[in-house]
Amino acid sequence: MKLNRRTFLGSSAVAAATLAAPMVRAQTTPRAVVIGGGAGGATAARYIAKDSGGEIDVTLIEPTRSYYTCFFSNLYLGGFREMDSLGHGYATLASDFGVNVVHDWATGVDRDAKTVALAGGGSVPYDRLVISPGIDFVDGSVPGWDLSSQTAMPHAYKAGTQTELLKRQIMAMPTGGTYVMVAPPNPYRCPPGPYERVSMVAHYLKANNPTAKIIIADPKPKFSKQALFEEGWENHYGGMIERIGPDFGGENVSVNAAEMTVDIDGEVVNADVVNVIPAMKAGTICAAAALTDGNWAPVSGHTMQSRLDENIHILGDACAQGDMPKSGFSANSQAKVAAMAVRGALTGSRVFPAKFSNTCWSLVATDDGIKVGASYEATDEKIAKTDGFISQTGEDADLRKATYEESIGWYAGITSDMFGTA
Amino acid sequence: MWGRIFSGLLALALSGPALADETAEQIGDAERGAIVYKKCSGCHQVGPDAVNRTGPHLNGVFDRKAGAIEGFFYSKSLMRAAADGLIWDLEHLDAYLENPKALVSGTRMSFRGLREKKDRDDVLAFLRLYSDNPQNIPEASPTALKKEVELSPEVLAIVGDVAYGEYLASECLTCHKRTGADDGIPSITLWHPEDFVVAMHAYKRKIRPHPVMQMMAGRLSDEEIAALAAYFAELK
Repeated sequence: MKLNRRTFLGSSAVAAATLAAPMVRAQTTPRAVVIGGGAGGATAARYIAKDSGGEIDVTLIEPTRSYYTCFFSNLYLGGFREMDSLGHGYATLASDFGVNVVHDWATGVDRDAKTVALAGGGSVPYDRLVISPGIDFVDGSVPGWDLSSQTAMPHAYKAGTQTELLKRQIMAMPTGGTYVMVAPPNPYRCPPGPYERVSMVAHYLKANNPTAKIIIADPKPKFSKQALFEEGWENHYGGMIERIGPDFGGENVSVNAAEMTVDIDGEVVNADVVNVIPAMKAGTICAAAALTDGNWAPVSGHTMQSRLDENIHILGDACAQGDMPKSGFSANSQAKVAAMAVRGALTGSRVFPAKFSNTCWSLVATDDGIKVGASYEATDEKIAKTDGFISQTGEDADLRKATYEESIGWYAGITSDMFGTA
Repeated sequence: MWGRIFSGLLALALSGPALADETAEQIGDAERGAIVYKKCSGCHQVGPDAVNRTGPHLNGVFDRKAGAIEGFFYSKSLMRAAADGLIWDLEHLDAYLENPKALVSGTRMSFRGLREKKDRDDVLAFLRLYSDNPQNIPEASPTALKKEVELSPEVLAIVGDVAYGEYLASECLTCHKRTGADDGIPSITLWHPEDFVVAMHAYKRKIRPHPVMQMMAGRLSDEEIAALAAYFAELK
């Protein structure tokens, strides 16, 4: 509230409170609001709350009560994980870390008034805002497909009902049926994701429908961990998987959801399952808040602050930051830098140089895990890669098994880090 | 120019075998090593009829994959190092003997290490007599042997900045669990700070084989490693 002479004189209670608490900052406790409770947002909310020890009010706005991780959802398709094991709630963030969890949609941001509008009505004021909404799809990127087609032709690129739907469709494929994936153009969430998914679908089909076929229509000339995936496909699923790259028209694709057909460069394929993963963009709240440049929201790597609004930090898949891949690991890593910057700005706590890292594990077949990763630091232009590694082709089975087990350990670690659970 | 290359090749051809012999001798004094080995023989047997006791037998240990003796029950940590690709070549045997926990934190080999290089050289020379393929030892290794995990007292004496460690640790905690659980990824909480520092430097110098950890440790300064060690030592 703004004090003027009249309200000061007219309200002795306010005056008394103000005089009795000289140590309290002029206004109230500073407020950090986080939009999106995934790998970026949940982590940011927890770290701001945890490390500020009550000096910052933290509100997390997330529509779902159970968050299903997109990472590891391919393992559900392959039969390696139950869907329940991918679901996480927010109770610990509220009870153990004091985060005010609001289950609602953020529909807009008034950047001048510094408030977030909620679909359920009302608005939430902030001093610093963190936006980590993940991805949405680019309209018209695959002709013939829009969100109304997502039941006939699921994307399953936001985990949960879509993933379960895709699995049921795969299980219902006729003997010798055809699964078509329309792979996305760069940049997109989880670069190895489509190819791990193909591996997991092949794993299921090899056991249950071994004459079935998998076709990937891919607009990209090359993809993440390509040599490793192709080696694994040859070793485990020889002949089942055919990838049509842009040299054979893989970028010229349209679909017909009513007919369940996919037109790949003029050749019409009758499919039993069509998994359309469209081109992606930042979650729509970023465009609604006018924080995007093209499809993504540009940020500074030093603090993850929006290039367009210094009071807003944007994390994870939605931001354009430089060299980091769009992954849950990256979002979690970025969240810690943002949380530190938010605390530094609101309470004057120590701020250290930003460091980032990422590792993407993928499962190719039972006990055949592979990984790629890198470390990053902030330059004035972007988040820049400083070092990296990748699994090698021809590694022995023990190492691949250890890599898979490591990925399970990582899943337990990162979800515990996001949600504050044991 | 051709003459130079030719003479270079000639020199190489002439010196090759001689160099191998020379370096073979230079690993150490095997006779003295037999005496040093008495520190090991309480747990390890070597030679004809050697069997596994508290520790595995040491016949053929050179260039063997770690954790590879059938029927011996190794620690989880050693098996993890084996899966990461640890091979008992001269360099890694030397590092292990110098400080077993620098190489494999959770090893069951409760031995404080041979800090004297001559002791290690000699005992390795002794053990090498019981390996089938000593000719497989890389020729340059004995003279090029680096004591890579030996840290100066100054590095070990750095007092870690716990607050900085807390920030840096947030990167570790993406994978390693705060609770100290160790399914698939080892626990890093409540270690003695010196063990932590030594282990991180071993990754940084790529003595330990794990690629993720080599990368993570590779960009940490001595002060940052000390800060992490201080933070994790007290993490409740």
